[in-house]
Amino acid sequence: MNAVGTRAMRVGERAVLVELAGGEETEAFHAELLRRRAAGTLPAVREIVPAARTVLLDGVADPERLAAELPGWEVGPLSARVGAAVGIPVRYDGPDLAEVAALWGVSVEAAVRIHTAAEFRVAFCGFAPGFGYLTGLDERYGVPRRATPRTAVPAGSVALAGPYTGVYPRSSPGGWQLIGTTDTVLWDTGREPAALLAPGTRVRFTEAGATGEGGR
Amino acid sequence: MSDRAVAVVRAGALTTVQDLGRTGHAHLGVPRSGALDPAAVRLVNRLVGNPGTAAVLETTVNGCAVRTRCAVTVAVGGAPCPVRVDGRPAAWGTAVRVAAGSVLEIGTAVRGVRAYVAFGGGIDVGPVLGSRSTDLLSGLGPAPLADEMVLPLGRPPYTATKGYVDAPPWPGPPDELVLRVRLGPREDWFTDAALRTLATRAYRVSPASNRIGLRLEGPALERALPGELASEGMVLGAVQVPPDGRPVVFLADHPTTGGYPVVGVVREADLGAVAQAVPGTPVRFTPVR
Repeated sequence: MNAVGTRAMRVGERAVLVELAGGEETEAFHAELLRRRAAGTLPAVREIVPAARTVLLDGVADPERLAAELPGWEVGPLSARVGAAVGIPVRYDGPDLAEVAALWGVSVEAAVRIHTAAEFRVAFCGFAPGFGYLTGLDERYGVPRRATPRTAVPAGSVALAGPYTGVYPRSSPGGWQLIGTTDTVLWDTGREPAALLAPGTRVRFTEAGATGEGGR
Repeated sequence: MSDRAVAVVRAGALTTVQDLGRTGHAHLGVPRSGALDPAAVRLVNRLVGNPGTAAVLETTVNGCAVRTRCAVTVAVGGAPCPVRVDGRPAAWGTAVRVAAGSVLEIGTAVRGVRAYVAFGGGIDVGPVLGSRSTDLLSGLGPAPLADEMVLPLGRPPYTATKGYVDAPPWPGPPDELVLRVRLGPREDWFTDAALRTLATRAYRVSPASNRIGLRLEGPALERALPGELASEGMVLGAVQVPPDGRPVVFLADHPTTGGYPVVGVVREADLGAVAQAVPGTPVRFTPVR
């Protein structure tokens, strides 16, 4: 596909912000950037930061030229990448699970089946080191944030907000709907790589109780 | 007393370990962090013979004190402040040889905000993702200094140090901040009147400023577009405008993404002075191409 609707804006002296038509286009454009960087055809950049509908390129030597070039790129389709998806075993015991199931108009059991059946992809990271915004649930399963955020969400909480699923890498305040808990460590600076989830990583959630994994 | 380390005697209001930062991980939500006044870090490191990337202490307003466990060459720069070794005045802004077992005292800044203290060999805490910087937003790197904490030092550099440079030029802390700003990427979210306000009116440094952002007091910038912007990547120096209309200039510990529109970006060369601007300092923005 061509990068239709793509707009590249200068940001300060050394950065370019690329705005795309939607989330899928953004993920495809980000994948294209990584492909070109791996192939050595992308000019040197210090940071490539995808977000909901944009990709920021920071630390660019000639941002003017890159900004002029980017909208004309041919962007390949977002193919299923080689390699296995990261599996995250979840105990679906979150305090908001019943409310989420009600919002979806299904039983709690069906809500768990919907979440474990979907294949997710890390669209982007942010909020805290190692916190990924995962897409993959059907549009109709979008949920609002909680009206009042919790002052402390435990580490390992699996949560939903808008179209996204996320896993809290550490305890922090948060307004997402908590549907479960995982023992999987999302962020560990003593490990390489520190982040389990990086933009582009494919993810599947499994029910911990059902497989005997991840129980305490 | 022969190990290469210093022990914290007085931690001060907020003293952190800083180097030139943790770049290359923004896509994982990791802020760049690093010293707010990198030019001062390079200079104090040069004075003691360290590479510019060595980790130093960054103090806030009222300095700190450490006891040396080894003989070490130190240099204090950035904000001008009194320096004492075992109670006796020592030189600011140049290399000073300190004997083992001495108390090095960095006093309250006479002007400016942040003093930088380099030790020969650098502060040798374990790096996290390639940097020893304390990141106050996400809690990466060593904790801020606390009394009695012990900081290991690296092996001293081979180069001769004392008198390596006698009197380097130091920029003085600013009486007024003049920040060159390149408009965009979201200047179209603001009214023409707001852009005129930004370019012409005076702001003041708010006492709520910190390592994450320079907060400003002054006229609010009116939005032309209502609604919310989807979160997008943020750069150092971004002038983000929250709903109250008062601009915030993002500094080293800024979040990697944000959802408030960025009206412009301050030149990186102008941000060192921001690190030294005390609350109440007048601020003007000058749009540049």
